[in-house]
Amino acid sequence: MTNKDIYITGGRIIDPSRNFDQKADLLLRGGLIEKVEKNLQPPTGALKIDAHELIVTPGLIDMHVHLRDPGQDYKEDIISGSLAAAAGGFTAIAAMANTDPVCDNSSVVRYVCDRAARAAVRIYPIGAVTKGLEGKEMAEMGRMKQAGAVAFSDDGKPVVSGMMMRNALQYAFGIGALIIVHEEDPSLFGGGVMNEGSVSSVLGLRGIPSQAEEAMLIRDLLLLKTTGGRLHIAHLSTAGSVELVRRAKSEGLPVTAEVTPHHLLLTDRMVKNTGYSTNTKVNPPLRSEQDRQALWEGLLDGTIDAIASDHAPHHPDDKEVEYDFAPFGIAGLETTLPLLLDEVSSGRVKNLTLPLLIEKLSLAPARILDIPGGTLQPGSVADLTIIDLKRIITVNPAAWYSKSRNTPFAGRQLTGAPVWTIVGGKIVMEEGAPAGNFEQG
Amino acid sequence: MQILRRKDILGLEEMSAEEITLILDTARSMREILQRKIKKVPTLRGRSVLNLFYEPSTRTKASFELAQKYMSADSVSVAGSSSSLVKGETLKDTVRNVEVMGVECVIMRHPVSGSSHYLARSVEASVINAGDGMHEHPTQGLLDMFTIWEKKGHLEELKVAIVGDIRHSRVARSNIWGLTKMGAEVVVAGPPTLLPLDMQGLGVKSYHRVEEAVEGADVIMALRLQKERQESGLFPSLREYTDLYGLTLQRIAGAREDALIMHPGPMNRGVEISSELADGSRSVILKQVTGGVAVRMALLYLLLGGTKEE
Repeated sequence: MTNKDIYITGGRIIDPSRNFDQKADLLLRGGLIEKVEKNLQPPTGALKIDAHELIVTPGLIDMHVHLRDPGQDYKEDIISGSLAAAAGGFTAIAAMANTDPVCDNSSVVRYVCDRAARAAVRIYPIGAVTKGLEGKEMAEMGRMKQAGAVAFSDDGKPVVSGMMMRNALQYAFGIGALIIVHEEDPSLFGGGVMNEGSVSSVLGLRGIPSQAEEAMLIRDLLLLKTTGGRLHIAHLSTAGSVELVRRAKSEGLPVTAEVTPHHLLLTDRMVKNTGYSTNTKVNPPLRSEQDRQALWEGLLDGTIDAIASDHAPHHPDDKEVEYDFAPFGIAGLETTLPLLLDEVSSGRVKNLTLPLLIEKLSLAPARILDIPGGTLQPGSVADLTIIDLKRIITVNPAAWYSKSRNTPFAGRQLTGAPVWTIVGGKIVMEEGAPAGNFEQG
Repeated sequence: MQILRRKDILGLEEMSAEEITLILDTARSMREILQRKIKKVPTLRGRSVLNLFYEPSTRTKASFELAQKYMSADSVSVAGSSSSLVKGETLKDTVRNVEVMGVECVIMRHPVSGSSHYLARSVEASVINAGDGMHEHPTQGLLDMFTIWEKKGHLEELKVAIVGDIRHSRVARSNIWGLTKMGAEVVVAGPPTLLPLDMQGLGVKSYHRVEEAVEGADVIMALRLQKERQESGLFPSLREYTDLYGLTLQRIAGAREDALIMHPGPMNRGVEISSELADGSRSVILKQVTGGVAVRMALLYLLLGGTKEE
C-alpha cells in the first residue's frame, strides 16, 4: 500500500456523474480526488500511473455480494471476497445479510465493519429486514443503520407475509432506509431447480415459473404505493418483471432495480448444453432468450438501474453433486467486469456504450445505496478503476482470489479487463493481482 | 458385429436412428439366446458390472441382473438404502471406489434428473442410465420400441399414443425421443396438470381428451399414475382420474383394431388401465418385460463386448 499522491496520466476519463468522456490527467491526494485536468503537470514525489490506451472510471461498486462471513468461511470470507472484488475491478461491495449468524443486529453489522477495515475494498453491510430471515419479526433496522448498514434485505429469501413487508416498508421509510427485495413466491417456486420452459420439460428438472418472481413483485409494487420509502428489486430475471418495473417507474414509484451479468448473458439452454452442470444452478434461474433480450432492453432504456454480480460463492464440494442437491449460486466478482467489457468490445449488444456500462456499475449503485463514490468529481473519494479494453483474458476459476470456483463461464476468452483498482487513493490491485498486505481470512 | 461408438447410454435424445437400429437388431439376436434351454453365453466373461439403484426397482433391476448373468459378466448390485449414500458419501466417491475394484460399467437408477450425466463425467466406466428422475429411462424406451418393432415389423409411420402423467415420466420422454427418431408419430394425452407446460421442446402433439389422442393409433401406452401427484394437488382423486382418463375398451374404441396395449409397469389395475385391456389379446405388457432382458443384453454387449480381446 502507498500513501503517496497518485498521478494518472494519458487515460480516457469516463465520469458518468457529469457526462464526462475525454482524455485528461488526475491527481489523487489524501484519499481524495484533487484534480481532473488536461495536461496536468506531474507533481513531484507522486506515484505515476501511465494510463495511455486505458480507461479511467469511478471505482466500480457491486451492490449485491454474498461474503458468507460470519459462519461459512470455507466458502468465502470478508478478506477473500474483498481480494476477489479488487481483482475484479470493484472498489466497494455491499454484503448481504444471509450469513450464520444472520446479520440481523448491530453486533453482526459491527463485526462486518471491523473485519472490513482490514479488507482490500470498501465493504458495506446490508442488514436483514426480519430477525433470522424468518419473515416474522422486524429486525432492528434503526440500530443496524446507526452501526453502518446501508440497506436492508432478506435476500436469498422473500418476505413471504404481505403485512410483514408492508410494515417493513413503512418503518424503513421512517428511518430513511432502503429495502432490497428478492422476489419469489414460495408456493409458485414449488421446489424448482431451473427455469420452467421447454428446456426443463426436456431435462425433466422441476421448473421455476416466471410467475414466482412476478407475482411477488406485483405485490411489493402495490404495497409501495401507500407505504412510502424506497424499494430496490434485486436480480430481475424475467421479461414480465422488466415490464412491471417500467410501468411502476412511469407511475413515479420510488423503485430501482438491478440485473446480474449471468441473466444478461446466459439462458436456460446452458443447463442442457453443459449436461446438467450445477454451475448453471442459480436463483433466480437462467431464463429464456426472450427474457434475456428484455433484460438488455430494460438496462438500456433505464428501467434497470444497476448491474450487480449476486456473487454467491460455494465450495467446489458443495457443487460436485447431483443437480437437485446442489446449492443455488454463481460466483461473479472476478468475471462481472470482463464479461460486460467483452459485450462492449464485441458490439454484440446494440446501443451498449462504455459510459452507460460504467454508470450501471458505479454511479447508479452509489446513488441507490447513498454511499460515497460513483464519481470522479474533485473532492470526492479517490476510488477508481482503470480498465484495459484490449486486454484478452481467459476465465480461469483456479486462479481466483475468491475461495469459490462456481462459474458457468470457465474457459471463456474475453476482451477487456481491469488493470488497476484504487481505493481511497491506495492501489489495491495492479495487473490483476491484489497489491498490499491484507489480513488473510 | 458393429460396436456402439459411445462410452455411455444416458438417453435416447442424443442417440441416432442408426444407433437405435443397431441396438434393436442386436436385441433380436439376444432374444434368440433367451429362447434356448441353457441361457448362457460366455461373451462377457471376465467383465465387471455394477448395478447401483438409488430408487426401488423390480423389473429393471432383475432384468439387468439376468442380462449380466446370461452374458457371463460378473456383477454386483448395491441398493441406495444400504449404500454409503446414507453415510454421507457422495455419488462420485461411491462409484470411484467401486471403479478401482475393476468395474467397467455402471448401471444406475437415481431420483435426480441428470445424475447419470454427472456420473458419466466423473468416472471412466461406461454408464447406463436405468432411469434418472423425470429425465430419461432409455433402456425402457428401447425395450418398448423393440416390442413394437417385433409385433408390427416396423416403427416408421406408426401412431403411438402415450396416456397419463407425461410431465413426471422419464419413460414418456425416452419413448418420445426414440420413437420420433425412428419415424413414428407420437401423441400424448392427459390432464393439463400432468402434461409438460411447454411441449415445444419435446416436439409432440398433446391432447386433453384421451379419445382424441388414440384415434387411429397403432400403439397405446399407459403410464403409471403416482398417488403422490394427487397429494401435490395436480388432480382431485384417483377415481376421478379413472373416470376421465383411465384406459378402457370403450375409451380406446377409436384406435385401430390391432392396436397394441402397453404399460411400463408397475400397473395400478383399475386406475390408469382396466384389467380387461391389460390382460386382453392386444396387450403386450409381458412381452415388454421379456424384450427388456434382450435389449439390456444387447446394450451390455455393444458397450463392453468388443473392447477387449475380440
